Amino acid sequence: MAIEWYLVLSALLFSIGFIGVLVRRNPVVILLCLELMLGAGALAMLAFSRMLGDQDGQVMVLIVLVVAACEVVVGLGLVVAMFRRRLPLDVDDMKELKG
Amino acid sequence: MTAATWGWLVLLFPLSGSIFLGLTFRVLPKKIGGLVGVGAIVAAFACGIAALISLQGEPEESRHVASSIWEYASVGGFQIDLGIYVDPLSVFMILVVTGVSSLIHIYSFSYMQSDAGYTRFFSYLNFFVFSMLLLVLAGNYVLLIVGWAFVGFASYALVSFWYRRETATKAGMKAFVINVVGDIGLVLAAILIFRELGVVDYASVFEKAPEVFSTNQWEVVAICLLLLLGAFAKSAQMPFHTWLADAMEGPTPVSALIHAATMVTAGVYLIARSYTLFELAPTAADIAAWVGLATLLIAGTVAIVVTDLKRIIAYSTMSQIGYMFVAVGIAGYAEGMFHMMTHAFFKALLFMSAGSIISAMANMQDIDKMKGFWKAMPFTAVMLIIGAFALAAFPGTSGWFSKDEIINFASLRGGMYSWMAAGMLVGAFLTAIYSYRILFRILPGKPCPEAQHLIDTGHVVHGDPVNPHTLEPEDTDVGYPGEHHHIAEQAPGMKIGMSVLGFLALFAGALQIPGVTEAVANFLEPTFENSAFAGVLPTEAEALYGLTKGGLISIAGLVLVWFIYMKRPDLPAKLIKTFRPLYTLFVNKWYGDELIEFLVVKPVKGFGQFCNRVVERFAINGLTTGTAGIVRSAGGAVRDLQTGMLRGYAVLMLFGIVAIVLYFLIRSI
Amino acid sequence: MVELAFFVGAFGAVGGAVAVVALRNPFYSVLALVVHLVFLAGIFLLLRAQFLAAAQIVVYAGAVMVIYVFVAAYVGGIEEPMFDSSPQLRIIGPILAVALFIEISIAVLGSSLTALGTEGTDKIGAGFGTPEAVGKLMLEDFLIAFEAASILLLVAAVAAIILAGRKRPEKKVT
Repeated sequence: MAIEWYLVLSALLFSIGFIGVLVRRNPVVILLCLELMLGAGALAMLAFSRMLGDQDGQVMVLIVLVVAACEVVVGLGLVVAMFRRRLPLDVDDMKELKG
Repeated sequence: MTAATWGWLVLLFPLSGSIFLGLTFRVLPKKIGGLVGVGAIVAAFACGIAALISLQGEPEESRHVASSIWEYASVGGFQIDLGIYVDPLSVFMILVVTGVSSLIHIYSFSYMQSDAGYTRFFSYLNFFVFSMLLLVLAGNYVLLIVGWAFVGFASYALVSFWYRRETATKAGMKAFVINVVGDIGLVLAAILIFRELGVVDYASVFEKAPEVFSTNQWEVVAICLLLLLGAFAKSAQMPFHTWLADAMEGPTPVSALIHAATMVTAGVYLIARSYTLFELAPTAADIAAWVGLATLLIAGTVAIVVTDLKRIIAYSTMSQIGYMFVAVGIAGYAEGMFHMMTHAFFKALLFMSAGSIISAMANMQDIDKMKGFWKAMPFTAVMLIIGAFALAAFPGTSGWFSKDEIINFASLRGGMYSWMAAGMLVGAFLTAIYSYRILFRILPGKPCPEAQHLIDTGHVVHGDPVNPHTLEPEDTDVGYPGEHHHIAEQAPGMKIGMSVLGFLALFAGALQIPGVTEAVANFLEPTFENSAFAGVLPTEAEALYGLTKGGLISIAGLVLVWFIYMKRPDLPAKLIKTFRPLYTLFVNKWYGDELIEFLVVKPVKGFGQFCNRVVERFAINGLTTGTAGIVRSAGGAVRDLQTGMLRGYAVLMLFGIVAIVLYFLIRSI
Repeated sequence: MVELAFFVGAFGAVGGAVAVVALRNPFYSVLALVVHLVFLAGIFLLLRAQFLAAAQIVVYAGAVMVIYVFVAAYVGGIEEPMFDSSPQLRIIGPILAVALFIEISIAVLGSSLTALGTEGTDKIGAGFGTPEAVGKLMLEDFLIAFEAASILLLVAAVAAIILAGRKRPEKKVT
């Protein structure tokens, strides 16, 4: 198997994830789409790691996994906090940053 | 274990004590806190003795060990190690510092007993000892500066220890600021040393300096003058002397430890440590000696007239450090260090006795109000007498040996140094007068009400907590002596600390009897063996002549003071009347504060106001309003993009990514 | 054989990803993501990252997704309204994403990477990607990164507790 297959797959998954982030408004789903993008990144990293025969890339992916877990924890914490405060679960309604 | 290992341990104990107490002072029972504080310092003292023993086991030429645990910085040939340098001089300082500190800790264990900030106090005190030891043990100028600055902070924290007392916090700030001025000098000196020599650690600096510098070359003079700036500020020499008297706002053990025995002698240590540089720059060394002489005379005259007990002792400290500066300035290093040691003993003793008396006076410090303590507090009185006699260099006491050795050395150097010797003899007479004055004002006579109360009831007067200077009522929640005072007669810890120091103040002179023991000079010899003046030693006859001279001056002072205060009690008032202008000058401390106010504070303030009025208003304001205008209009343009829509931002980001990738793609074609 | 496995994995992963984006109910989206992750782990295996494949399934598809399920159940399966508050995003977003995909594909396929295979490289030893090798690397060369990541995780956990913790009764939130 040539490496570009993996990279193209990775790009495809990344784009799908990005589309999800752009078109969905439920924060839970947006977080899920972010997971997709992170997974795509990990896939590319692993492919290169395999190609170069260097396991450093695998460690990097592991660290990314941890960071992703942190993101999930904080993101879902925010979702729960929003729900508790009876805020609509719609990112379009969170507009306090408007200049 | 090697001497270096013991040196590290000496540093470790006070540091861990300080950190432990600092973390737990809210929950720790008082007693344990005090014990930990005392224990840490006593352990450090024991390690100091071990370092001494292991150093003495080495042959004389290899009695210096440099040890490094960590490379702090190494950039382009510039190397700083976190290293210590153990040699006779640093071991000598360690022993004096930890020894006196141990006794003062034991004293504080009782003295501070009813203070609300008891454990916090020991944490600070341990931190101070650690900083001082770091300063002494540092193996290069950079680490020395670290210790130097730590000591300055510890002094600030301890002077402002009763932080609800405004005068105390102000005094702490004053001490800190003046010390920082000196720190700047020290930092600049270190930079200059590195620029000229390319190294900062002691061994290499002293090795290279004689090869690189010729005598009195301007660079080396500049280095020494900058070092002196630091030394003068830390050791309260002219013109930086004003902070020391105010620093007496701190608790009495602090005055005894920091502002008499250890910290203020750091400047002396610095000069002795850098003696190779100072011998290459005789001009700077002379300046150090002359400033020391001026300080010792001026501080001596002030000490004769002020009436605040602790301030008298503070001014006498300045004056005695003046002696040490003269000694190290004229290359009498062992003499200077010896005087530093004896001074640490008797001055700490004097402060402890003063603390005991001040406690009995319910925190009043004015000697005009004190009378008849000989009957009320015999133990304290005896200790006060020992301290004062040693300070006045009464024959047989330790001060007699050390002070006259300095004067002797000066006259041996000849030339203008003989004039210094004459000046120091005048200073010795002044010293005798103010030392005995303390005794005759406080001890004899009909007991004052507080002393009488103590005799009658056996209890100390418990006055309302007030600030002794402004008489404002005190806030007692956060650390104040409290209503319960502790005097040496009733507190065993104070008694132990004072009796050991009293013994040392009396007999430590035996370490260095000319022609008989000379232990201190012999011990320090390996450090100073390269000095050009190592061979300048008085003959036995000269030494005896000098000692006789000094002893006679001291006795003359005793007789004079006895005559003035005991025989003719009306005389002081008359003398004040006759010499009114002189008295005013002395009482106002030679207008030192006013001079600094006029020469430094006013110009700086004026410059600040000028900046405020002109630079700030026109230059800076114009600049900022202009910038703000630009930013505001630019912001207005960008604001429309800030929809607050999360997904909008994501699209913009994606657009950016697509554009960047496109750019790279096109470029790669 | 490897090609077959890759395409099965790729179709599964892409299908799962599309389902995550396309399904209306967040609860189903989560389940679709689980499917996606399982297939992705299969591809990881092809790349000889055994340890990471296992971690992906155990930690991700197992643990993290359970949190998602809990949260999705807690906030309720709210169906997203069909109309979009900013319809132009619905169009621009996918266009740009597709553009990105095309760009990356051109970059990958147009480069000399094609010459290199992911297999047959002699450098790869027998222990490549095993827990032993990765763990050794992580605890020796990347110890600081590892520790930093663990601290980050701790901080995130504390943050989540504060964020999602029960609000104080006296605090009135609008």
